Amino acid sequence: MNILEMLLPAGVLGGMGVLFGAGLAFASKKLAVPVDERVEKVRECLPGAGCGACGYTGCDSYAAAVVSEGAPVNCCPVGGEKAAQAIAAIMGVEAGQSTRMVATVLCQGDSDHCKIKYNYEGLMECRAMFLTSGGDKACKYACLGLGSCARVCEFGAIAIHDRLVSVDPDKCRGCGKCIEVCPKSVLRLEPYGLLSILRCRAVEKGKAVRDACQKGCIGCGKCARNCKFGAITMENNLPVVDMEKCVGCLECVRNCPTGAMTGDLTKRKHAVIDQDKCVGCTLCDRQCKFEAITGALKEKHAIDPEKCVGCGQCATKCPRKCITLE
Amino acid sequence: MKENLWLILLGSILVNNFVMSKFYGTCPFLGVSKKVSTAVGMGVAVTFVMGVASLVTYFVQYYILEPFDLAYLQTIAFILVIAVLVQLVEMVINKTSPSLYKALGVYLPLITTNCAVLGVTILNITESYSLLGSVVNGVGSALGFMLAIVLFAGVRERLENSNIPACFKGYPSTLIAAGLMSIAFLGFQGLI
Repeated sequence: MNILEMLLPAGVLGGMGVLFGAGLAFASKKLAVPVDERVEKVRECLPGAGCGACGYTGCDSYAAAVVSEGAPVNCCPVGGEKAAQAIAAIMGVEAGQSTRMVATVLCQGDSDHCKIKYNYEGLMECRAMFLTSGGDKACKYACLGLGSCARVCEFGAIAIHDRLVSVDPDKCRGCGKCIEVCPKSVLRLEPYGLLSILRCRAVEKGKAVRDACQKGCIGCGKCARNCKFGAITMENNLPVVDMEKCVGCLECVRNCPTGAMTGDLTKRKHAVIDQDKCVGCTLCDRQCKFEAITGALKEKHAIDPEKCVGCGQCATKCPRKCITLE
Repeated sequence: MKENLWLILLGSILVNNFVMSKFYGTCPFLGVSKKVSTAVGMGVAVTFVMGVASLVTYFVQYYILEPFDLAYLQTIAFILVIAVLVQLVEMVINKTSPSLYKALGVYLPLITTNCAVLGVTILNITESYSLLGSVVNGVGSALGFMLAIVLFAGVRERLENSNIPACFKGYPSTLIAAGLMSIAFLGFQGLI
């Protein structure tokens, strides 16, 4: 075989390539379209997951929209406050406040508490199971726990234990992909660090709920009656918390007979009076709805830590600012 | 052999319409035919690429490949020419009309691998057209493509607003319409 026979086609094609390449390079100089350099900078502030939670098709198109269409700078729930501020600095606008939202599980019906209707044999995928009479859980609002949400989560924030989903709020970036994929709408975006959450959506009467799941809300209304701040009203056999009125005393959680209303009672705060500053005005005593403060007029007051729920109402009223929550 | 340019032009536009009777280039035909305006843009881009590609590949074939006895490199050499032309068209469109650039989207670079473009250049060689004949055939075929895609975009714009059974919405009705249009083009067979 002649070596020239091999070199010739390579040379011809290579030559053509070089020629055309040079032509294109020249054309690209001539026809260059100036790109706004801010797009690049904004893009660098974004996490690059391309999840689409901002409402655009990806980080690139969101960056372009911010620069050219004046889209809001705080749309990215993944980058959160940090990204919003960085973008705002580039664009020269105010970032505004964005509450961090995390996916929150509204069910506690794991395999120990929620009954099973039938034995499911099929694709282990929530959306597939949902097609066979709404899944095998006796409660029709229950988490099917086959992990469709965990598989779409790009941040590894979702875990499944005993056929029940759990979300790590510190890893969750609030992109909402799990919410889209869940056939039962068990997940919802809620503000990060909510003190009390009702983890049940069953609107049926108490007995029907109780028959299906031991952790379900039976609509007894105990939480509403025990809320000293009138923040809870009952609607469709479920308590609705008015976050404007809620002070986070967790009395609803303590009084819930089934544990449907959840919250960490161990993280409850307690008011402490600075004895050096207290002048014994009794304002705090009159404010306390739990009778946790004792002390007569002109005497140093004391707080009973057993009774105090840490609502903080006394601290806001104290004229000497001597009450702190610990 | 004296070619009849008029016959080549008419034949490539109507009788041997690339989309309707040869079924080349159906990808952009279905992809970019949602709106008449983008269809026209795509048609113009394809016309330019096909016309210039016919011209350039003629020289490539008869002045580079054949003298060096490299006719077997035809496909790869032609693809190279087409790719370069598409790049050029992309730059020009991006410079002159960003909105058209956005509307054409991925279908613009896809002209590179569009069998219609490669098809017309290879057809020019196998039919042994002259330089003028090649260009006329290239432009004619592209005009045929443009005719088909623009007419079809008109059909689709009307389909969009008509009451179609749910199972036929979208691509099913589009494909049926394309088939019916193809039958209509069959009527041109006896023209030449």
